[in-house]
Amino acid sequence: MTATIMAIPRHAVTDTAAEAIHVEDLHKKFGALHVLKGVSLSARDGDVVAIIGGSGSGKSTLLRCINCLENPTSGVIRVNGEEIRLKPDGNGSTLPADRKQIERVRSRLGMVFQSFNLWTHMTLIENVIEVPVHVLGVKREMAIIEAEKLLARVGLLEKRHVYPAFLSGGQQQRGAIARALAVQPRVMLFDEPTSSLDPELIGEVLGVIGDLAREGRTMILVTHEMKFAREVATRVVFLHEGRVEEEGPPDAIFGSPKSERLQQFIRRVG
Amino acid sequence: MTDSVFLSLAQTSMFELLAPTPPGWGGNLVRGFINSIGIGVGAFALGLVIGIGGAFGKLYGGPVRRDLLQVYTTLIRAVPELVLILLIYFAVPDLINRLLETLGYGRIDVSGPMAGIVALGFVQGAYATEVLRGAILAVPQGQIEAGRAFGMNPRMLMRRITLPAMLPFAIPGLANLWLVAFKGTALLAVVGFNELTLETRQAAGTTKAYFTFFMAAGVLYLLLTLISNVLIGRVEHWARRGRQPIAESR
Ligand SMILES: Nc1ncnc2c1ncn2[C@@H]1O[C@H](COP(=O)(O)OP(=O)(O)O)[C@@H](O)[C@H]1O
Ligand SMILES: [Mg+2]
Repeated sequence: MTATIMAIPRHAVTDTAAEAIHVEDLHKKFGALHVLKGVSLSARDGDVVAIIGGSGSGKSTLLRCINCLENPTSGVIRVNGEEIRLKPDGNGSTLPADRKQIERVRSRLGMVFQSFNLWTHMTLIENVIEVPVHVLGVKREMAIIEAEKLLARVGLLEKRHVYPAFLSGGQQQRGAIARALAVQPRVMLFDEPTSSLDPELIGEVLGVIGDLAREGRTMILVTHEMKFAREVATRVVFLHEGRVEEEGPPDAIFGSPKSERLQQFIRRVG
Repeated sequence: MTDSVFLSLAQTSMFELLAPTPPGWGGNLVRGFINSIGIGVGAFALGLVIGIGGAFGKLYGGPVRRDLLQVYTTLIRAVPELVLILLIYFAVPDLINRLLETLGYGRIDVSGPMAGIVALGFVQGAYATEVLRGAILAVPQGQIEAGRAFGMNPRMLMRRITLPAMLPFAIPGLANLWLVAFKGTALLAVVGFNELTLETRQAAGTTKAYFTFFMAAGVLYLLLTLISNVLIGRVEHWARRGRQPIAESR
């Protein structure tokens, strides 16, 4: 088994910025299927790391390992400098050693899903205050004030008492971004946030994400929107068959891709 | 003409028979009705608690718990309710008392209503486990995953996300169970518990006015069903609050 551990370059963000996410030699197997084959990745405060790659290359799995929705088979994950403690599960994989730690770490990661996953039995504003009130222990009135600010920010203030089923996909995804922002995340994780949207709704969501990137939020963004990735990312990681095939600043990745596979990929999607 | 004469004759005697105070039997019927509702509500509530535990246990529990629950749901659903009721009324107390006596304690008396609730609730629990398991499986995985991703612990996930999200899928099945629980109380007549059916049989047997009393009991059972339907409709409307109304299919 040859694990490709890429050197972790540091541009765009100053060297003194703290490391928000650190992934080292991450392996993930689903039974016999070896999905991640030694992935290393780092995001410092203020980094916007775009992860690109073909379908099935392991992008979602990587993101899901970072907030422990999947248990890695092996490897090291650090969030805000805190290593996630894993223990062997007896089947050659791992389990979280400390559920409380996982919950604490997760509550400061803002996850945005491809299929929005707003809670359907709650109105928009109830969705946004849910985690602050029930997980983080914020006072309800305070959470509502914050939620209204966030909903105003994503242009949904007047929709705050509407249930998700009555919103367009673009509105739902903007609402999901507000929900993620409400936990004051150290890092935001986006898994193809525009892939289930109608083309005419993609722009409004990318607009919101672009604003967040420009204000210096730390994020890891899995996307197929190459133009957008080039615009907002501080670093781009190209994943191919469970390995980091190439990574670097967006201009290098898109302007002068080195590996054959990245060249092919960019020709195909660009 | 003859019809209305017959009706007015029948009505006089019917009103006398159903009068709320003796010699009328109405009071007894109402008492039986209230007993039936009490037992039905108790059994349904117990069934719901068992069902929630059972469904989560079957879905998320370890192999041992899953197997035990499978044995429970299979056995309970295989054996006729009447047999279970007789078992819990006679066999179980007997067993407990023999145990208590060998240990040197006095005998206990199993109270009628309590044993009734336990017997019916146990049966309800097996069906509720399956109804709720199906409803939980119908919740889109992303709903639960979002809760996990934001750091909810398993208890909170169940309380804040899974239970409310599965409710719309569970209500039709639970509504059935509630009506079955209520009608199931009639089985307790065989162990001499004064629920509606037993009261009715006594009144009818004494007065020989079988038709009047069994009709009256039928009306009471129907009444409760109609009221239940209204309440269930309200609960369902509330549980479906976040959902698009179903498009007309006609
Ligand atoms: N829970 C799972 N069980 C089994 N296989 C999975 C699971 N999740 C993902 N996979 C497989 O892992 C591979 C990578 O999936 P994924 O990370 O979703 O890819 P991407 O997001 O890059 O399209 C795919 O082949 C997929 O079928
Ligand atoms: Mg994916």
